[in-house]
Amino acid sequence: MKQGDKLAVRIWKGGADGGYTEFEAPLRANQTVLDVVTWIQRNRDPGLAYRFACRVGMCGSCAMTVNGKPRWTCRTHVSKVTQDSRLTIGPLRNLPIVKDLVCDMTVFFDKWQNARGRFQGRATRYDDIERIAPDTPARKAADAGIECINCAVCYAACDVVAWKPDYLGPAALNRAWTLQNDIRDTAQAERLAAVAGDAGCHSCHSQQGCTAHCPKSLNPTAAIAGLKRSVFQAVLRGEV
Amino acid sequence: MSPAQLYVAQRLSAAVLAPLVLIHLGLIVYAIQDGLSAAEILSRTRGNLTWAVFYSIFVIAAAIHGAIGLRAIVSESLAWSRAWLNTAMYGAAVFLSALGMRAVAAVVL
Ligand code: SF4
Ligand code: SF4
Ligand code: FES
Repeated sequence: MKQGDKLAVRIWKGGADGGYTEFEAPLRANQTVLDVVTWIQRNRDPGLAYRFACRVGMCGSCAMTVNGKPRWTCRTHVSKVTQDSRLTIGPLRNLPIVKDLVCDMTVFFDKWQNARGRFQGRATRYDDIERIAPDTPARKAADAGIECINCAVCYAACDVVAWKPDYLGPAALNRAWTLQNDIRDTAQAERLAAVAGDAGCHSCHSQQGCTAHCPKSLNPTAAIAGLKRSVFQAVLRGEV
Repeated sequence: MSPAQLYVAQRLSAAVLAPLVLIHLGLIVYAIQDGLSAAEILSRTRGNLTWAVFYSIFVIAAAIHGAIGLRAIVSESLAWSRAWLNTAMYGAAVFLSALGMRAVAAVVL
């Protein structure tokens, strides 16, 4: 592939019953997949719906299925995903399509809530900021998963989510695990109960589709294994 | 049982099964290598409390482990309600235990 070549791009148009439309776009050096989608929207199809915000891999809004794999498109170079100048770009798997490349993320975020993926502290605004030692095992476990950008790439990569739509999924469980390791959090018993149900951590097959695709190189599989261990111990103690 | 308790039961039954399966396989190899006839095998197992206990534990652990595993597979493949899943799981556990214990009875009684 060289400068001046054309890219053959197929983009999903419409809702769940839509289909792919072919476009041609210029191939440019250091071009990202998001650049291609933006070029097509500005120059070929003004009605094309897609999401992005930061363009630097922070906001998590630009994830799409690119040549069969879920990816963050703002940080995915075209040269990384195609050798023959062909791109197939669709919406993320496992989420309802709103239109074109835009998915409805409601279920994804609802599951974060169902997994109690929100911090619950005891301090008030009048307390001093708590000093947290960075080198305890718990803090290290929390830090390992804390950089999640909510992009739902892992959620789209997970086959168990596809088979079992109730499954909380890797992102919500990863978030739950970071909070289980946060010594300031006060809802750990409730959270453990929330992730110990049929839709929770025990549904994970540990085959690491989430970990292989997470653009932030997080390891939700390890986080889920941590939750399984915690639930195991809680059951033996008679707490769950 | 709650899903969390089922998970624990499945892990613990796996831990019980692991050594039993190895001993069982060793036993098969030994019996075949030695060319023991069915009558010779039965003469050693009949009335033998050790083997009765060994294979009873084996059967119960396998029934627990298998039934919980089947529940997981069905829950992913078919949209069954939790009540149906649990009923089928207990049914499978009882069925597998009955079949297994029948076999144990046949060789030790
Ligand atoms: S490891 Fe678990 S959460 Fe990750 S993709 Fe596999 S089943 Fe889904
Ligand atoms: S765990 Fe990784 S892939 Fe999943 S939402 Fe967070 S950043 Fe995205
Ligand atoms: S646009 Fe923000 S992560 Fe891609």
